[in-house]
Amino acid sequence: MITPTHYMLLSAALFIIGVIGVMARRNIIIIFMSIELILNAVNINLIAFSAQLQNAVGQVFAIFVIAVAAAEAAVGLGIILAFYRNKETVNIDEMNLMRW
Amino acid sequence: MGEAIAFYVIAAFILGFAVLVVSTKDTVHSVLFLVLDFLFVAALYVLLQAPFLAAIQILVYAGGIVVLYLFVVMLVNLKRPPEAHQDPHRRTKLGLGLAAAVLLELGAILVYTSTRPATAAAATAALPPVTGNTEQVGWLLYTNYLIPFEIASMLLLVAMIGAIILAKREL
Repeated sequence: MITPTHYMLLSAALFIIGVIGVMARRNIIIIFMSIELILNAVNINLIAFSAQLQNAVGQVFAIFVIAVAAAEAAVGLGIILAFYRNKETVNIDEMNLMRW
Repeated sequence: MGEAIAFYVIAAFILGFAVLVVSTKDTVHSVLFLVLDFLFVAALYVLLQAPFLAAIQILVYAGGIVVLYLFVVMLVNLKRPPEAHQDPHRRTKLGLGLAAAVLLELGAILVYTSTRPATAAAATAALPPVTGNTEQVGWLLYTNYLIPFEIASMLLLVAMIGAIILAKREL
């Protein structure tokens, strides 16, 4: 029997893998993909509870999360392109223009 | 029982591909593993009786966002050495094989739908209007959550304009 706890554990594991990707990798494109994994973990949680409570509101919020993820990807990748044009790198260790 | 097996198999694939996404050295491979990961998440949505979200997941994530990532990786990844071409006919054969497989699948779908024409359509038509998954989600989106929906569309418009302006060479 699969309970919402199973889905929450799966979601937490996916979330942690995404956080590890954000923390450990230096390539900013991989970091953006890890953020997508984190958002997917959130969506799994929302839809698992939507199925458990027999209520479609969780799915509506999952659609909003997907819309925000699409907007984030578009703007973030635009920033990556603009940055790459100036500095010829995607390594976040070299992205220190605004560091004080 | 069947649900448990499906859940564990799908969960194993999701976590395995997620680990591959964050651990692979080659960025292009990482993006391709991300596609597989999104496809298995969509399968999990089907398991959770959310087929509309599964379709959205495949269309928006696996179809749209990942292609965007792939474009950026191809534009940015200059340090990779150009691949050596050993056998120029290998890819042609591979392409022909894949095209034949797709053609077979399309033919199978056509034969299947022509032999059993009316059952699926009759089943969906017999349902009342606000019980299907897609109908429920759509009904909620256009009644209770109309204003968040409009704000989300505004956000997408702003993001689109912002991305165009950021990626332009000069204004």
